[in-house]
Amino acid sequence: MKFTEEHEWLRVEGDEVVVGITAHAAEQLGDVVFIELPDEGTTVSKDDEVVVIESVKAASDILAPLDGEITEVNEALVDEPGKVNDDAEGEAWFFKMKIEDMSALDDMMDEAAYKKYIG
Amino acid sequence: MSDLKRTPLYDLHVALGAKMVPFAGYEMPVQYKAGVMKEHLHCRAAAGLFDVSHMGQVILRADDPEVAKAALERLIPQDVLGLGEGRQRYGFFTNDSGGIEDDLMFANRGDHLFVVVNAACKDADVARMRTALEPDVTVKLLENRALLALQGPKAEAVLAEHHPSVAEMRFMDVATVPIAGAECWVSRSGYTGEDGYEISVPLAAAKGLAQALLAHEDVEAIGLGARDSLRLEAGLCLYGHDIDDTTSPVEGGLTWGIQKARRSGGDREGGFPGDDRILSEMQKGADRKRVGLLPDGRAPMREGTVLFAVADAETPVGTVTSGGFGPTVGAPVAMGYVDAAHAEIGTTLFGEVRGKRLPVSVAKLPFVAAGFKR
Repeated sequence: MKFTEEHEWLRVEGDEVVVGITAHAAEQLGDVVFIELPDEGTTVSKDDEVVVIESVKAASDILAPLDGEITEVNEALVDEPGKVNDDAEGEAWFFKMKIEDMSALDDMMDEAAYKKYIG
Repeated sequence: MSDLKRTPLYDLHVALGAKMVPFAGYEMPVQYKAGVMKEHLHCRAAAGLFDVSHMGQVILRADDPEVAKAALERLIPQDVLGLGEGRQRYGFFTNDSGGIEDDLMFANRGDHLFVVVNAACKDADVARMRTALEPDVTVKLLENRALLALQGPKAEAVLAEHHPSVAEMRFMDVATVPIAGAECWVSRSGYTGEDGYEISVPLAAAKGLAQALLAHEDVEAIGLGARDSLRLEAGLCLYGHDIDDTTSPVEGGLTWGIQKARRSGGDREGGFPGDDRILSEMQKGADRKRVGLLPDGRAPMREGTVLFAVADAETPVGTVTSGGFGPTVGAPVAMGYVDAAHAEIGTTLFGEVRGKRLPVSVAKLPFVAAGFKR
């Protein structure tokens, strides 16, 4: 898995990347009560706001980690947003995307670097 | 957070794993390990313990108790003289333009009045009372007592284990009760919509009392986060958000808190700041009203969300003043002010969330029925 400074994780699956938020981020957000996902097929640029996530405390945006196209979204989260708190780095992925340049992942943090980043 | 004050339960909060945040000049627990949602649901199902020691506890005393009561009536539109010994009422300080300066609880404790005010307003409230009431009445802000709230359907059974007399108290009764070896001033009240008690306890005994209550399997510590969602579901106003120095009690839907004696035609009609506007609005109605709001979808409508009568309207008809997710309702809930023409229950409005106009219905308050023992 790779990690961004925005507390997203990325996992390569074939020619796609699965994206979610880290358990650390989920804990910071608190109980998640609402998730708005992008439409499948949307072309996004890095740092576009693609997901809205609201916890009992506040609303936050999840940014596209890279340029690419959203190929699939995890509709189950819309009905059960609390999954993000239960299994942030597993079942509660947000979306899958096709990216043009897989090598962009090489510059991202690995797990050890992310752990250090969150202190 | 060096300038922030701490309550006597600070160490206990930290030991319980609380996330501490600055609130009204204090370091307060916003949540514990369980999190806001679980804490909220626990309070509605069993009992929750809240540290509300940041709130202002004030004693008003005069040689003749009737003098203190009459004096307080000059500052609030409530019937103080008619409040029996051992009883408490909800009230609010008004200003000359009929707005609300703070809301409060006041109790007749025999030879004195006991007043509880919001933390953020307590210095201003004490100054207001001193200016208006001294020297006939002494105004004393207590620095030697903490305030705990035990709320929820199991609160009575839990507290009665410490002193059985509390089970006999009715909603808004107050009494002096020895609990955990300390002289506690107990009221059967709270701000969650649940049955329960607020317990004023000497500082030195506060931590011991909190630990004794938390030792009960039905009691969990509850932070400010769940306190906010509980009071929102209960339709109760948060000062500075749902009511402020520009909102009148009529706009705020608080006329139930103005007793007959102070209304037009009452024995002691008016005689409080802003009485012209407030009594007139009680006759004619206000231009805007506080209403409950139930968003149709799952997206919470937070404080500041602007409301429109139709989806493509240019001019707003209202604003959300409190909003979030209601764990007991299982959906987003909110309240806010809307123009009187759009305040009828069932009216569909549109709240603008992230640029989209989403439907929301004007709804009856409270969202969750009160569990008071009347």
